[in-house]
Amino acid sequence: MSSTSTDPRVTGTRKAPGKGVTLSWSDPRLRAIVWQVVIVGLIGAGIWYLVSNTAANLEQRRIATGFDFLGTVAGIPIGEHLVPYDPSVNTYGRAVLVGILNTLMVTVVGVVLVTLLGTAIGIASLSDNWLLSRLCAVFVEVMRDVPLLLHLLFWYALLLTLPPVREAMMVLPGLFLSNSGLKVPLLVWEPAHSFSMLALVAGAIATWLTGRRATRIQHATGVRPKVWPVAVVALVVVPVGVWALLGAPFTLEMPVKGRFRFAGGGLISPEFMALMIGLVLYHAAFAAEIVRSGILAVPSGQWEAGGALGLRRGTMLRQIVLPQALRVIIPPMTSTYLGVAKNSSLAVAIGYPDLVSIVGTTLNQTGQAIEGIALIMAVYLTISLSISLFMNWYNARLALVER
Amino acid sequence: MSTATTTHISVPGREQPPMLVAGPVAWARANLFNSIGSSLVTLALAYFLLKYAASFIDWAFLKSVWTVPMDPATGKLDPTACRAAKGTGACWAVIWDKYRFILFGRYPFEEQWRAAIVLVLFIGLFVTSAMRRFWRRELALIWVATLTAIFVLMWGGVFGLRYVPQDEWGGLPITLILSTFGLACAFPIAVLVALGRRSTNLPAVKLLCVIYIEVIRGVPLISLLFMASVMFPLFMPEGLNPDKLLRAQVAIILFAAVYLAEVIRGGLQALPKGQYEAADALGLSYWKKMGLIILPQALRLVIPPLVNTFIGFFKDTSLVLIIGIFDLLTSGKVAVADPIWQAFSTEVYIMLGLIYFCFCFSMSRYSRGLEREFSKSVRR
Repeated sequence: MSSTSTDPRVTGTRKAPGKGVTLSWSDPRLRAIVWQVVIVGLIGAGIWYLVSNTAANLEQRRIATGFDFLGTVAGIPIGEHLVPYDPSVNTYGRAVLVGILNTLMVTVVGVVLVTLLGTAIGIASLSDNWLLSRLCAVFVEVMRDVPLLLHLLFWYALLLTLPPVREAMMVLPGLFLSNSGLKVPLLVWEPAHSFSMLALVAGAIATWLTGRRATRIQHATGVRPKVWPVAVVALVVVPVGVWALLGAPFTLEMPVKGRFRFAGGGLISPEFMALMIGLVLYHAAFAAEIVRSGILAVPSGQWEAGGALGLRRGTMLRQIVLPQALRVIIPPMTSTYLGVAKNSSLAVAIGYPDLVSIVGTTLNQTGQAIEGIALIMAVYLTISLSISLFMNWYNARLALVER
Repeated sequence: MSTATTTHISVPGREQPPMLVAGPVAWARANLFNSIGSSLVTLALAYFLLKYAASFIDWAFLKSVWTVPMDPATGKLDPTACRAAKGTGACWAVIWDKYRFILFGRYPFEEQWRAAIVLVLFIGLFVTSAMRRFWRRELALIWVATLTAIFVLMWGGVFGLRYVPQDEWGGLPITLILSTFGLACAFPIAVLVALGRRSTNLPAVKLLCVIYIEVIRGVPLISLLFMASVMFPLFMPEGLNPDKLLRAQVAIILFAAVYLAEVIRGGLQALPKGQYEAADALGLSYWKKMGLIILPQALRLVIPPLVNTFIGFFKDTSLVLIIGIFDLLTSGKVAVADPIWQAFSTEVYIMLGLIYFCFCFSMSRYSRGLEREFSKSVRR
C-alpha cells in the first residue's frame, strides 16, 4: 500500500494540462477551434455564394431592392379589415398592417377557443361515462388525422353550399346563416358603453389586487379574507351602475333580410368561419390530448388523497389535480399555440386576407419577393417569440420550487 | 401455521354471479348511468348520436347515387341523378369517375400501373421499417434501394419504360415522395444539428444550430414554400433552375430537419449521463462515442415521437397545394373543378380525408403500441 503513495498518478505530481492551446492535433481545444473555423467558413461561403447570385440576378432583372414599395398605393381590395382601408387611397404598408391585424385576430380568437374546447374535451375524455369518453376519443382521432388544409377546404366548401341570402336560415332570432356568411346583430356603440368597459377593466385590476392582498394575508395569518364581495362590486355593480347612470343605452342593430343582401348588422364572412372552425377543431384535438395526458401524469395518490379529505370530484379536479397537471401541460400547450399562430397562415388557401395572403398578392404585383418573404418571416418570428416568452414566463411562475 | 393455511381455504360453491355485478345491465349501470349527471349526459349524447348518425347514413348510403349513366351525345357522364339527389343524398359517382385522377394526378393514363406499383412499394417500405426485426443497419440499404426503384418507376426512360417528365407526376405518389424522401434526407441533417446544439466545446457551431432551429421553428411552412417557389430562382446562378417539386422538397427537408432535430435532442438529453461518461472512459473518439454508444440508444428512445413527427409531415406536405404542386389534395381540388362535378366537392374531400386518415391513424396506433412496449421495462 505504501508504494502507491509514490505513484505519480495518485499523488498528482503529474503536470496538470496547461491553459494555453498547444499546436498539436491531439489537443482537443485546438481541434475544436479548427473545426469551428472550418464549419463557420463553409457556411459563410455558402451564404456569400447565394447572396452574390441573388445580387447578380436582381441586377440582371433590374429589380430594385428595398421597402419603398410599402409607400405606394396598393389597389388590393381587402374584404375584411379591422382598421379603415380603401384600396384606391391606402398604401401597401396599410394593406400589410391590415393583414397583420387579421392574422393577430385569428391567432388570439383561435388560441382562446382551442384552449376552451381542448380542455373541455380533454377532461371529458377521462369521464366515467363510457359513451362520453369514447366520443371524445373518436373526435380527437378523426380531427387530428386529417390535414388542416383539407379541414379548411372542406368546411369552406360546406359553408358555400348553404342556401343563398334569399333563403337564409335563421339560427336564432337575429342570427342568419347563408352562403355569404353569418349575420349577427350589432350593438350600437355609445359613450356609455366605453365608460362601462373602462369601469370593468378597472374592476378587474382591483379584483386582482384584492386577490393578491388576500393571499398575502393568508400567508401571514392563515385566514383568507373574502374576495368575492369586492369582485362582485368591482366587476358587476360598478360597470352596470356606470352604464345605468349614463342612461342605460341599449340598441341592437338587427340584420334585416333583403332580396340579395342584408341591411344592417355585422357579418362574419364564410372565409373567417371556415378558418376558425378548421383551425379550432384541428388544434383542439391536439390540445385535448395534451390536457388528457397532463391529468393522467398526476399520480393517482393525489386523487385518493383528495378523496380521503372528502372532496367532490369537481373540487379535486380544480383544486388538486389541474394545478399539478398544468406543469406538464404548459410546455406542449405552448407549441400548440405556436401551431395556431403559424397555421393561421393557411388562410391564404381559402381567401381570407391574412398577412401571407396580402403579402403574397403584394409580391405578385410588385415583384419584391425577398422583401415580402422577409416581412412575413419577421412578423411570424415576432409572434412566435412573444408567445414563447410569455409561456416560458408563465411556466417558470408555475414551476415546482425544489430545494 | 401450514395446517392453518390449508384448512382455512374453503372451495367456494360455483354460484351464478349476482345480476347487478356482471353482465351488460350491470356494465351499463357502472359505465353509463352511475349518477344522475352521467345518465343525463348519456341520454343527451345518445339522442344526438342517433339523430345525426341516422341522417349521415341516410345521406351517405341509403339515398346516395353511386353511378351515373354516360350521356351518349357528349361521351361524358351525366350528373342529372346527382343533382336531383343534392342535399338529401351523396353523389359517390364523382369518386367513381375521378378516382384514378385523384390518386395519380396527370400521370399518363396508360402508365398509371407504374404509379400504382410505387404506392405498393411505399407501403411495403413503411411496413418493413415498422417491424422491429428489421431495425438494423441494413434497413438504410433497403431504403436507398426502394427509393431508387421508386424514382426509376416514376421517371422511366430506362428498361423500356416510357419517360414521364416530372410535371406530369401527381396525386398520392407525390404526397408520399415529399414526405418519405423528405424524412430520409432530413434525418441525417437532424442528427447533425441535434449533436451540434448539444455540443459543449464548439460554441460557434452550437450558436449556428440554435439560430437555424429557432428561426425555422418560428415561421410557418408556407413562408418557406413561398421562399422555395419565388426566391429560390434568385439564389441560383444564371441558367440553373431546379424544378418546382425539387425546390419544394428542399424547403420541406429544411423544415423537417428542425423538428426532427428537436425530437432527437430530447432523446440525447434523456440518456443517462453515465453512458456518456462510460464512452469517454473507454477512450472513444467523439464520433465513435456517438455512433456506437449514444445514438443507437437515444434514437431507439425517440422512435415513438419520431413517428408522430412523421405523421405531422405527412399532413403538412398538403401545403404544397398553395404553391401549385400536384399532390393528393391538389388533385382532389382540381378534380372537383370539373364543371360537371363542381357541386360535389364534399364527397371528394371526405374521400381524401379517409385516405389521409388511414395513413395517419395506422401510424399513430403503431407509435402508441411502441410506446407501450418501450415503457414495459420501467413500469411496475
